[in-house]
Amino acid sequence: MHDVSHATHHGPPTTFIRKHIFSTDHKVIGKQYYVLALVAAFFGMFLSWFMRIHLGWTNAAIPGLQLLSKNGAPGGVITPEFYLQMMTMHGTIMVFFVLTTAPFAAFGNFFLPIQVGAEDMPFPRFNMMSFWVTFVAFLALVAAFVVGDGPPLSGWTAYAPLSAVGEAAGPGQGTGQVLWAVSIGLFCIGQLLGALNFISTTLDMRTKGMSLMRLPLSAWAWFITSCIGLTAFAVLLPACILLILDHLAGTSFFIASGLVINDKLLPHSGGSTLLWQHLFWFFGHPEVYIAIVPAMGVVSHILITNMRRPMLSHRVLIYCMMSIGFLSYLVYGHHMFVSGMNPFSGLVFSFPTLVITIPATIIVLIWLGSLYGSRLRINSASLFALGFISMFISGGVSGFFLAQPSLDILLHATYFVVGHFHMVMGVAAMFGIFAGTYFWFPKMTGRMMNETLGKIHFWMSFVGAYAIFMPFHYLGLAANIRRYQAFTDDYLQKLIPVHQFITVAALFTGFAQMIFLFNLIYSRFWGEKAPANPWEATSLEWSTDSPPSWNNFNGKHIVVYHDPYQYGVEGSAGDYVMQTSPEAVTTPDEK
Amino acid sequence: MAKFFAVTIFVIALASAYPIVANSWFTQAPQDISTHGYLIDNQMHETMIEAGLAFLLSQILLAWFVWSFSNRPKGAKIGYFPGGAKTMVLAGFLLVGTEVLALGVFGTKAWAAVYFQPPAADALPIQVQAGQFAFYFRYPGPDGKFGPLHPELVNEGNQNYFGLDTTNDPASKDDIVAAEMAIPVNKEIHLLMHSKDLGHSFFVPELRVHQDFVPGLDLSLHFTATKIGKYEIVCTQLCGLGHYNMKAYLEVMSQGDYDNWLKQEAALQ
Repeated sequence: MHDVSHATHHGPPTTFIRKHIFSTDHKVIGKQYYVLALVAAFFGMFLSWFMRIHLGWTNAAIPGLQLLSKNGAPGGVITPEFYLQMMTMHGTIMVFFVLTTAPFAAFGNFFLPIQVGAEDMPFPRFNMMSFWVTFVAFLALVAAFVVGDGPPLSGWTAYAPLSAVGEAAGPGQGTGQVLWAVSIGLFCIGQLLGALNFISTTLDMRTKGMSLMRLPLSAWAWFITSCIGLTAFAVLLPACILLILDHLAGTSFFIASGLVINDKLLPHSGGSTLLWQHLFWFFGHPEVYIAIVPAMGVVSHILITNMRRPMLSHRVLIYCMMSIGFLSYLVYGHHMFVSGMNPFSGLVFSFPTLVITIPATIIVLIWLGSLYGSRLRINSASLFALGFISMFISGGVSGFFLAQPSLDILLHATYFVVGHFHMVMGVAAMFGIFAGTYFWFPKMTGRMMNETLGKIHFWMSFVGAYAIFMPFHYLGLAANIRRYQAFTDDYLQKLIPVHQFITVAALFTGFAQMIFLFNLIYSRFWGEKAPANPWEATSLEWSTDSPPSWNNFNGKHIVVYHDPYQYGVEGSAGDYVMQTSPEAVTTPDEK
Repeated sequence: MAKFFAVTIFVIALASAYPIVANSWFTQAPQDISTHGYLIDNQMHETMIEAGLAFLLSQILLAWFVWSFSNRPKGAKIGYFPGGAKTMVLAGFLLVGTEVLALGVFGTKAWAAVYFQPPAADALPIQVQAGQFAFYFRYPGPDGKFGPLHPELVNEGNQNYFGLDTTNDPASKDDIVAAEMAIPVNKEIHLLMHSKDLGHSFFVPELRVHQDFVPGLDLSLHFTATKIGKYEIVCTQLCGLGHYNMKAYLEVMSQGDYDNWLKQEAALQ
């Protein structure tokens, strides 16, 4: 920790391009990530609408869909391969370009340096590069819609050898799959650069008085996430390179010998199918926490402000998030219980998977215990934060089932899995993003969001998300297989009405997101002007203007005097004392 | 608004639990027809009770606290949960820790029943091959031996799905290849699995067995079906555009019917 308030890394931008496009300002980069995630989220959501309509009414024509793919949707009716291609793109876009970019890269970029009291990140050019590499990765991914025979159909997990043997395996498995691997490889580079910046910002850029334990929980969450990201993306990157080599250089990293496709013996030999799964899930499971840990931190930060009290324990929450980060590497094999790896490994991977529920439960109990006796304020941000807790509980308890190899025999690759991860990683993290948006929008743009529209957005999303994803669990218990574009099996046909119900719920919930988008755009330009500290909050981002100046604190020395959450302070003029206020408080720092 | 939120969570929690408690048709796993399946079903039942209680309790606590502690006046005193964070840490370790150990230990039994016991010496060997987008089954014939596979000879046009050389391999001559799987009831089956091309999976919900095919690896499963009937074998590992339609039928027959079926199939080879 050192005093960095004079350490200006770059002067104020002078040209439009340096200010808004190739900017090295962490706040602009954060907003760029947010807009990228927003575009990606709506694209991914529309794909899910098309898939849901198709699953409810397989022969339904969706007007205009042929514009997205003439061959994939002739007359607007989705072909089996185009369903899988949209599914792959939906998963890839949502996991990488929404759930990783929004809670971590967007909010983290904008607020981490401010919350530690710095003027910028230590490597601003790397930071700019991180966004633009990610942007190019996104372009490479969506380019698959217009190049060759469409996007890959191998799912966001891209299991080999389906993903490795090229066009012979199906439409999109040639050029489309290579574009996918290039895109994800670039994405990894972008995230690695981002993680380096986040870690060094947290460790080296803290201002005077900002000890590690005085960092807000959101900053801790971004720091822990960047440590996870640094190791997880470092494994996925070489995996993508090897996959590209299998396509373009004739190697056989993931392709075994003796495989026959279309009566033709493939020339490959010596590769391992399971190698891809190990590499992918070594990244893939920590990725779940890359999406959810920032949301945990953001939600804690927002809840505290709205509960007007600190959490029961700041440290315990931090230690639990750290434990989750560490355990996330030991559990990945639960994705592979029936994959053909040694069945004994199933038991070994099952144990830490069950154990990881202990820190997760403690976090939930601390949230609940802190709500007890609080002075909770209800607004759009706190509603989404509370909704996050509800979703996290619902998605978490279904983890008890999937952690057990014996139950995985029934539930593996069913809608139970889809329901579980959509709730705990998808909806919960999205709720974290929404909470963060309603909470920080005034700081990011200088304008308030419309609260009425925010609450309508919340109610429709909350009820809608339950209506979509709870039935997924029921379908999974009834052994409904996922990744089927139509349900032709006898025992699955009777479940189609449930799918139709889910489709209606998905359209309803998706419509609520239009209200959010409208609110976002309307408030950005015509919203009420935001004061510096509209929520009466304590952390450093509320000690500066809304929006902050290019160097965050107008060149002022920032000195931190307190823990981040001095709320419910007796004897103070308000009920809170800001971190920058030298005022003595009766609540001592937690030791 | 806060009270409405609390009521909504309460209603959602109860409504989510209702179909499970009422055992509604869309939550029921297909009927178990295996000798080991009851272990899995019991484990599922126990987990459902424990996870269900955890789910209901946490959602109701959330609803209760939001109901009770929102929009209080500015001067209202902040209350502390008895014991504070220590209570929560202890509860996390004791309640969840115990649950975790119980589920982990008892769950092992069901897993071991499927994977840790070798098949009986007299189990009936059947080979299954998965390929885009069909399963094929091979029975060893009267000699009890499977002939070797030659991938370069695979030719779907002339129905040589496995790549058998019936001219030069004597063990292959009497092998019986079929597109459906017939097995005798109450007889242990030793299933020898391999993939022709990509990753696939063998899942019969009623049999409570589920195993991926891994290209390049020979894997095996063993099970005993206890009920005569026709069931579906489905692929659960994404294998391409026809994945949704990749299935075969499993016919569980009496020993007599099975013997007859085998004779008829042998005549068709």
